[in-house]
Order: sequence, then structure tokens, then C-alpha cells
Amino acid sequence: MINVIEARGITSRLGGQLIHRDLDLEVQHGELLALVGGSGSGKTALLRHLVGLTRPDAGTVRLFDVELARTRRLERLALLRRFGMLFQNGALFSALNAFDNIALPLRELRRLPEELIRDLVMLKLSLVELEPEHAGRMPAELSGGMVKRVALARALALDPELLILDEPTAGLDPDRSRAFVRLIRGLWHELNLTVLMVTHDVETLVDLATHVAVLAEKRVIAHATLPEVVALDHPFARSFFGDQRELIHSRAGRNQT
Amino acid sequence: MTRPSAQLAAAGPTQTLRLSGTWTLHALAGRVNELTRLLSDYGADRELAWDLTGIDLLDSTGALLIWRAWGRERPPQVALRPEHDAALLRLARVPRAPAPGRMGDFLEPVAFLGRQEAKLLDNAVGFIALIGYMVFDLFYLVAHPAAIPWREVSASVYKAGARALPVTALVGFLIGIVVSYLSALTLRTYGAGLYIIDLLGISIIRELGPLLAAILLAGRSGSAMTAQIGVMRVTEEIDAMVAMGLSPTLRLVLPKVLGMAIATPLVSVWVVAAALFGGWVAAYVLLGISFPYFFQTLPSVVHPDNFWIATVKSVAFGVGIALAACHFGLRVRPNTESVSAGITASVVTSITLMILLDAVFAVAFRDVGFFTP
Repeated sequence: MINVIEARGITSRLGGQLIHRDLDLEVQHGELLALVGGSGSGKTALLRHLVGLTRPDAGTVRLFDVELARTRRLERLALLRRFGMLFQNGALFSALNAFDNIALPLRELRRLPEELIRDLVMLKLSLVELEPEHAGRMPAELSGGMVKRVALARALALDPELLILDEPTAGLDPDRSRAFVRLIRGLWHELNLTVLMVTHDVETLVDLATHVAVLAEKRVIAHATLPEVVALDHPFARSFFGDQRELIHSRAGRNQT
Repeated sequence: MTRPSAQLAAAGPTQTLRLSGTWTLHALAGRVNELTRLLSDYGADRELAWDLTGIDLLDSTGALLIWRAWGRERPPQVALRPEHDAALLRLARVPRAPAPGRMGDFLEPVAFLGRQEAKLLDNAVGFIALIGYMVFDLFYLVAHPAAIPWREVSASVYKAGARALPVTALVGFLIGIVVSYLSALTLRTYGAGLYIIDLLGISIIRELGPLLAAILLAGRSGSAMTAQIGVMRVTEEIDAMVAMGLSPTLRLVLPKVLGMAIATPLVSVWVVAAALFGGWVAAYVLLGISFPYFFQTLPSVVHPDNFWIATVKSVAFGVGIALAACHFGLRVRPNTESVSAGITASVVTSITLMILLDAVFAVAFRDVGFFTP
């Protein structure tokens, strides 16, 4: 099976500082991969390279075996429709209400009748466990957790094969965070998704990820299952997982089943 | 990816509708209407057996099409692949709700008028309240001179005034040429060419200079102020200031108002200078009036009071621009559309306000600034 994401030899600078050096990353179909790394290690920058928002100084990114940087307009559009992205703060269009935010990518196809779009939006809303009465609210009137859910519904609007999440649980309280993680895991399972996410939260990662990629020393130093990464003898892994190792060992067995 | 299709087959006593192919958004996108019609013909028949095992991929769009054809209820006889069951079960869980939509109303025009009026009133009240806050702030500053935001005032003079110098000079110079050129043509036919100095002196120093400067500053600096405060509103920076105990009127509004009160008369003098120079250029070309003669005659034909009227007017214009800009900036609601609406309202209001003020000044000072013959 081909890799959903394949980044090779990524080198990039931000403000004159080298943040990635000859970095390789592959995401296989069906993986639920968490990208972890210290703060300032270039996780979000890497994510932006992967989805083509920025271009690395060197190296290539292939999505679904197509090199994004070399696509023509229509091909690029078709490619962009195959994945959904959840931005850290939701990035909902503040001038549109929740319904129109989710409907936007569907309407942009210009081939679906409005009543079908309405049903699809209601379906996506129920997927992310929101009530129909939230549909008419403006983003400013939604709570932080609801903004994330609406943003997730928008990312799922086109039934993507790949979901990219930037800090999905940042800014949520532990309770909501756990619920959101459960939601993502459920969707991953149900919708047969491939998920790539950046996270800081060890608990999120333990509950969610099937695989973990560690970004340190300007490259991906490990890409393996969680127990293997936890066992890694590297200063970052030791400090990142630190006192959570017990938790991980107790839960890891469950996740493998 | 194969074409989504539906075929009717008779097997035993019941008829079976076999669906096959790829039922995903991308495969279906162009054929939604066609398939909806096809399926809805069968959907009503509860006796019909549905065989969905031929579908290789089913996403939410595909499932929704089938679900709608069923009338949002699973028919008694359905055969499907286990992995597709989830998509249909999910649809069964979606609560039915009326779509959010706007209802047409024949009273809408009246309501619209009423809303506009209420908005006008609301704006007027807000504007007066803003001036009130400013006055309170000024009292506070008199009592606590150490809290005067000098740095902000200075920054605002620099941003609104100093950085506007190139564009205002260019516009002033060109307007001077145009006014002078057209007037000189007319005056020359009467042999009254020398009166060009009186004409330019009075019109530019008293009217055009201050008004041009103010209009340019409203477009350039007023809009920037509204945008800045509006974005601070969107990003909750203003709330953060209030929470820290910093007064937004003291830190944001007052420096802008003071800065504009200082900068506008200065920019006005600068525009007047540029316009008079432009006027002289045209007068020289058409009428041969020399530079020393032009500027030596000017003081004897234009009463100095005109300069003071212009200065007072400019201060009023500057304060008006800054207040309108801040007022509309602070009223921005937390969305991007509102920022652009606020900037438009700010510029339109401040220019209208200036023309109004100018008319008031013209009437109030109708007897001032002319040499009595």
C-alpha cells in the first residue's frame, strides 16, 4: 500500500534559523500517527509544509503519491479535497455561522443540491455530537470546545481519507479533551481514516495514537508504536513521557487489541 | 472507482434492487439529481428488497442518498456489507430539525427602516458616551499628570501626521495647479490676472487646505485607526486591557484624538504650502507672475485671521476624524466582516462630519478674515 504522506529530505529555515534538516516522514494508510516534539521543534511548521501552505527550502512532499508542489490547479484542488485539516484555534470563518462554515466546502463543489447539503451538514454536526440548534450560531457565540467540533465537522465535510489535526485538544479542559479524543478515535475507526496529529498532551497521545513520530534534533528520530517510542533511550523521550510511563504501560496493552 | 448504479432484479416472489459501484461524494457529485430521482421511485415500495452488497465504497454522501430514498427509515429487507452498516446507523441518529433559514416578510422594508433608525440612535448615544469617557479621562489626567500617555500621543502624531506628508504634499500641489490654472484662464480674459493671488490665497488657506488635509487624513489615518482598534476587538486585546485595569479610552482613544488634534493643523499648513506653490507654478506659466511678487503680495491681500480660522477648523476636523474612527473601531463585533463594515462607516462618517463642520464654520465666521474696504 502506498504511503498517504511521504516527506523526503525536508530542510527548512524560519527567520534564518534552521528548523528541519534532511527530515523524512511517512504516514501509512490507516495509521493514527501522533507527531510529538518539544516546543519550538517545528511541528506546526512541518504540518504546514505537508499540506502545502508553505514550501520547504529543500525536499519533497508527496500526498497520496502526488507531489503537491508540482500539481496543476485542478489536480491540486482534487488533492486538497482528499484531506481535511483542523487548525489549532479552529480557524472558522468568523463572518459565517456554524452551518455555513461546514456547508462551505460542500457548496464549493457546486454540484450538490442545497437540500442534500443541508442533510450532509446535519449529519456532520451529529458526527461531532453537536445539536442542530448550534448550527445557526456564529463562531464568536460558541465555546472553545464547540469551535473545535465545528472545525472538525468542517474538516470532515468532504469525507476525507486523511485528517490532519494541529493540537486537537489544546485549550480544552480534561473532560472535554477526553470526549474529543474519544470522538476522533471513533471517527477514525468508523470512517476508515488516516490521521496525523500534532500534540503536546501525553494523555491524548496514549488514548489516541497507534503510532508516534518524535521530532527532535531537527528531524524525525523515531517513528514506531507507542511502547517502542516510550522505551526509546533519548533525552527528549525520557523527559516527554517521564512520569507517565506507568500510565502508558497500563493502557498500551488495551489499545493494541 | 466504479460508477454508482442501481439495477432491478426479480428473485423469487420479491423484487430486489441491487446497488453497486462506488457511492462516494467524488463519484456521485455529478449524478446526484439523476440517482435521487431513480431511487425515489423505488423508495416508496416497502415490499422491495434492497441489496447493497455490490457497493464497494460508501461514504456519508452515498449513505445519505440511499437514506433519503428510503424516506429516512430502514426498509424491512436490506442486505449490506457489515462495514457499511455504521454509515447508515449514523444517519438514523441524526435528529430531524428544521433548517436554519430566513423567512420572507412583507413588513421587511419597514423593519429595515426602523433598524436603521435604531442604529443611528445607538451610534449617536455611543458617540456621545465616548466623548463623555474622554472628558472623564481628561479630568483624571489633570489630577494625575503622570498618567498622560505621551508616548502614544507622539506615536499617533508621527503615524497620522509625519507619515502622511508625502501624499498630502503631492495632492496639495496638484490641486493648487488645477485651481490656479482654471482661475487664471478666466481672470485673464477680464484682464484681472493679478487677482489670482487674492483668489488662491483666500480659497486655499481658508477652505481647500484644511479640508483637503482632513479628507486625506480621514482616508489614510482614520481608516487605519478603526482597523487597529477593530482588530484588537476581534482578538480580545481590548478585553485584555480592561482586565489589566488599563482604560482603552485613555490608552487608545485619547492619544489618537490628541495626536490628530496636533497633526491635522500641521498637515493642513503643509498642504496649504504645497497648494500655494502649485498655484504659483500655474500662475507663472500662464500669467508670468514671479515667485517673489506672488509671495510678497500674499500677506497684503489675505487677512491673517484666515490662517487662524483654518487652524481652529483643522483641530476640530482632526478631533472629529479620530473620534469617529475610534467609535466605529470600538463597535466592531468579533468577526472579520464587521471590521470592514466599521472601516467603511468610519471613513464615510468622518468625511460627512467634516463637510458639516466646515459649513458650520463658514456661517459662524462669515464676517471674519476679510479686509474692510
